[in-house]
Amino acid sequence: MSASTRMSSRLAAWLPRLVVAPSLLVVIVAVYLFILWTGLISVTSSKFVPTYDFVGLEQYVRLWATPRWHTAVANLFIFSALFLALSTGLGLLMAILLDQNIRAEGALRAIYLYPMALSFIVTGTAWKWIMNPGLGIQRVVNDLGWTDFRFDWITNPDMAIYTVVVAGVWQSSGFAMAIFLAGLRGIDNSVIKAAQIEGATLPLIYRQIIIPMLRPAMLSVIVLLSYIAIKSFDLVLALTNGGPGTATELPSTFMFSATFRRNQMGVGAASAVMMLMTVAAIIIPYLYSELREKNDG
Amino acid sequence: MAEALSQSSKMRLGRLAIYACLVIVAVLYLMPLWVMVTTSLKPLDEIYGGSFIGLPKVVTLDAWRAAWSQACIGTECTGLKPYFVNSLLMVIPAVALSTGIGAINGYILTKWKFPGANFVFGLMLFGCFLPYQAILIPMARTLGLLGLAGSIPGLVAVHVSYGICFTTLFFRNYFVSLPDELTKAAMVDGAGFFRIFWSVILPTSIPIIVVSCIWQFTQIWNDFLFGVSFTSGSSSPITVALNNIVNVTTGRKQYNVDMAAAMIAAIPTLVVYIVAGRYFVRGLTAGAVKG
Repeated sequence: MSASTRMSSRLAAWLPRLVVAPSLLVVIVAVYLFILWTGLISVTSSKFVPTYDFVGLEQYVRLWATPRWHTAVANLFIFSALFLALSTGLGLLMAILLDQNIRAEGALRAIYLYPMALSFIVTGTAWKWIMNPGLGIQRVVNDLGWTDFRFDWITNPDMAIYTVVVAGVWQSSGFAMAIFLAGLRGIDNSVIKAAQIEGATLPLIYRQIIIPMLRPAMLSVIVLLSYIAIKSFDLVLALTNGGPGTATELPSTFMFSATFRRNQMGVGAASAVMMLMTVAAIIIPYLYSELREKNDG
Repeated sequence: MAEALSQSSKMRLGRLAIYACLVIVAVLYLMPLWVMVTTSLKPLDEIYGGSFIGLPKVVTLDAWRAAWSQACIGTECTGLKPYFVNSLLMVIPAVALSTGIGAINGYILTKWKFPGANFVFGLMLFGCFLPYQAILIPMARTLGLLGLAGSIPGLVAVHVSYGICFTTLFFRNYFVSLPDELTKAAMVDGAGFFRIFWSVILPTSIPIIVVSCIWQFTQIWNDFLFGVSFTSGSSSPITVALNNIVNVTTGRKQYNVDMAAAMIAAIPTLVVYIVAGRYFVRGLTAGAVKG
């Protein structure tokens, strides 16, 4: 073998690695290095611009002493719990109903899923108008004769977070439906037939057999919706802008306003690290189990 | 089957209930779109007169015209037109680049596996689930250092950087199911790395290319966080401009213009969804690694 062919065969062996290297480099920098960088800023006294003086966990202490952050965390729990429960429940129900040999299934499915194609800014804008107490739904019902009817959640600090839930569920439940429907279509029909011959009723079959078989789909839906919930930012900004007051603040909006509006970059970075840790606690075990099972299969 | 009559009428009642449920939910889901479209076609007086859910008595395109070319975003009263163009200038290169890079990454990670290839994939996969708040500050600094702050090319770079995580996932999962014999046979025939990619792999990947383009288009067009964090003024994408229009607090609130503006921002992704909904769903469920 001549030197040049040896060279070219060695190049051929390295070529795939060379081609993937720039992408890998970008991901390592833009994801992992930047995460470390944010972590670094969170232990400095950075305000308007990063200053690299080590102050320990001062910013975390300050973060957890901020009432606004407490509101944001409490809201995240309320929002996530309701958003997850309603989107999953509604998505599952719609998927099961759609799976009953429905005529026009394609059209109905398209209707349930179209909000997913919209920007959260568009969704927020639309629902802000719908829930406008003066001219929206409340006015319609009032004009119908039920004059005491009140639907002013969006201007009521105690209720405003639920408007975010309503708009979020409208946007994302179709997504849950799509994953559940794919799961239902993957279930072997003979199992259901056999159960029917045994005399099991349809609700029983669903409760005892089909829904347990949807476990992988359920896990996917819950993980992906949690991720959407934690990063929800645009929806809140467009719908309530975090208000009234700070009533609908979420960690994502808190991080943004602390960093870019209130010149508290250190606190902002600390809140970003808290968000990242929450997401990682949910996502990493999920990815790990998904990939491992896949490799085994 | 000789079933009792009551049995079959009970069945029919059940079917009716199922259809009723489905249709009610469908109506509820369509309601916001209906309200947006009808509001955008009404004159402002009619809206303040209390017409919310009904058809417009007078149909006018004034609000659409205002949203497109007159509405004020900040101090500039240019309408959404320049921002729509910004979004196009951002989304086209970002989609093309991220899809192309994702395709070749997926090809390498499945057909040219090297030691550590799975680890590389794992590193990229976590990027799909990154809460972007965790990288906002460093990215803003880096864009500044590169001289890309507040520019469309800067936004393209950001979207490509995080987009390749998703596109690599799409293509890898698709190519994994292509038989290795396909590439092995081409190799025996003397075809090299790029030749196999162009002539053997790409022709089989049209569906996943469509999925990737649609997913990336929707994500990037709809993005707000990067737009609002890394651009300002006239270089903003349309989502940021829309949010500015809606949050104007001076004067009599122009709800019809707000709705027309929201529709203008929504139309490109809605059209893609209507034309290629099947592929859109596949992109969505690809995130659920097993579906």
